[in-house]
Amino acid sequence: MSYCREEGKDRIIFVTKEDHETPSNAELVADDPNDPYEEQGLILPNGDINWNCPCLGGMASGPCGSQFKEAFSCFHYSKEEVKGSECIDHFRNMQECMQRYPELYPQEEDKDESTAPSDSAALTSESDSTAVTSAVSSDSTSPTDGQTAS
Amino acid sequence: MEASHCYDDPQIRHLNHPQPAESVGSTPASLKLPSHAPYLLLGGGTASFAAARSIRARDPGAKVLIVTDEPDLPYMRPPLSKELWFSDDPSVTETLRFKQWNGKERSIYFQPPSFYINPEELDSVENGGVAVLTGKKVVHMDVRGNKVKLDDDTEISYDKCLIATGGVPRNLQVIERAGEEVMKRTTLFRKIEDFRSLDKVSRNVKSITIIGGGFLGSELACALGRRSTESDLEVIQMFPEKGNMGKVLPEYLSNWTTEKVKKEGVKVLSEALVKSVTYKDDKLEIHLKDGRLVKTDHIVTAVGLEPNVDLAKSGGLEVDSDFGGYRVNAELQARSNIWVAGDAACFYDIRLGRRRVEHHDHAVVSGRLAGENMTGANKPYWHQSMFWSDLGPDVGYEAIGIVDSSLPTVGVFAKATAKDTPKAATEESGTGIRSESETEDTATSAVASVTPAPVVENKDDYGKGVIFYLRDKVVVGIILWNVFNRMPVARKIIKDGEEHADLNEVAKLFNIHED
Repeated sequence: MSYCREEGKDRIIFVTKEDHETPSNAELVADDPNDPYEEQGLILPNGDINWNCPCLGGMASGPCGSQFKEAFSCFHYSKEEVKGSECIDHFRNMQECMQRYPELYPQEEDKDESTAPSDSAALTSESDSTAVTSAVSSDSTSPTDGQTAS
Repeated sequence: MEASHCYDDPQIRHLNHPQPAESVGSTPASLKLPSHAPYLLLGGGTASFAAARSIRARDPGAKVLIVTDEPDLPYMRPPLSKELWFSDDPSVTETLRFKQWNGKERSIYFQPPSFYINPEELDSVENGGVAVLTGKKVVHMDVRGNKVKLDDDTEISYDKCLIATGGVPRNLQVIERAGEEVMKRTTLFRKIEDFRSLDKVSRNVKSITIIGGGFLGSELACALGRRSTESDLEVIQMFPEKGNMGKVLPEYLSNWTTEKVKKEGVKVLSEALVKSVTYKDDKLEIHLKDGRLVKTDHIVTAVGLEPNVDLAKSGGLEVDSDFGGYRVNAELQARSNIWVAGDAACFYDIRLGRRRVEHHDHAVVSGRLAGENMTGANKPYWHQSMFWSDLGPDVGYEAIGIVDSSLPTVGVFAKATAKDTPKAATEESGTGIRSESETEDTATSAVASVTPAPVVENKDDYGKGVIFYLRDKVVVGIILWNVFNRMPVARKIIKDGEEHADLNEVAKLFNIHED
């Protein structure tokens, strides 16, 4: 049974699990999916890629940002039967660039996410190695590893 | 990067780096610096870094120059008063690395040096980049001429400029007037060097007193309090309010929190106003207005931040007299090509009104937004930032909006079990913990502690719940008290700005009884 008390201007309510079992009747305003003010996810309403998505970490902004954008754009807009098959050169450029910055883009042979990246590359949200491998192998359109796209 | 070799040729370099007009007294180094930056960011902290990232993501090939008076590359501040103190690594003051909730280590630096390019290369590098000029202070801003002057007389012109100069810790007048012996035993805590020196001090003295009962003071008190269990360090915390976080938490919760802080080994002196501080017999003597006397070896002041508005005068920029900081509009603009973000920005929040926010996530959100607007987005401040604090293993909360204890509040609580603590929450939750799910690069406050969280058994036990802060019957702020991963719901309620007749019904949306 819930109980309530007041301490001056502050109200305090204690509730049991049962008290909160009935669904809430609080009304929330319906969200507009096209609200231009809202934070966007990886893909914008018009189909473009949101390079500023927090889910991309530093991929689009680092030293290899241009190469990453070219490769990923190519893949995203690819209409080929094997999606992205015409983008091999872009991905190669991107990989070559990333190999020059092993600190930022750790080169993992092992795609197992439970393996912690090497000590010098512990920039989990920045240099997302699973994003690199998944983008390069063209088997995923959203290179995230748990970063929630807002 | 091969293209840059030809720019080492002095003849060619001269074309790109014309001699500054005032060459008298210029050091050789200033000849190599760019005299123009398309994007010039003043200040090298969180807001600046977030803006740089945003600009680079949206403007291909953007050339961004960050100018900071600190010697360090951009880093995140929260671990300086949290995680770094709990590290097992004896070299933590050197490495500045900490363990996140998922066991992975990271540095407080947002990016290692290899991410950045040298300022000298900014003009020439093919795809642009972010350069950081350290150890330089901007002393003058010429808004009409679109340029700034540094403390070495170098001038840098810009197309677009961001002011993200943060602030400096406030001091107490009584300490400033107390003389050198007191001042040199006082830490104003904000930067990496302050963390390093306080760490050293904490190993070499018998007693430390923290003045200030807010976020920073309480976090440092708890961090040092934990150390005091391993050594014979005495940790005292004093503040004018009745309890810890007295300006944020309603009184009943502030009192409850104070008891928790005491359990962390801190001697808490509440309702304490400092009258004077003297140095006597190799000790600091703090005289309180009510007659109490506290003897200690070292003082840490955590009494707020003075926003840096040094450039207001020369730049002719408006300063806000209510909140401090540069006054900017909802799009964070001070002038048509000057933006302000982070601690120094007094901005118009469409939903909550004009305000200034001194939290890490706000620096990230506002820096990001400034970067977007500097690249043509024209978006107002809309995505509400959040903040968090942990005070020991039992008390952790996340908050959003205006959380001011002078507002009427409604708190809805469930009875706590041993499972409902920040430590337990971070261990159980597999993904997207708390602040990391909001924005990247936010440091979490999970404590890899060995001691299990005790079950709380008080009658009025504020183990977990949600507290609503009301202004004119509308919820303007929410604290999630020991409940995690619910921030999106809280953000939605603030965004809606509706009057809710029964806040208990709103509280149901948070499922406070579940993990």
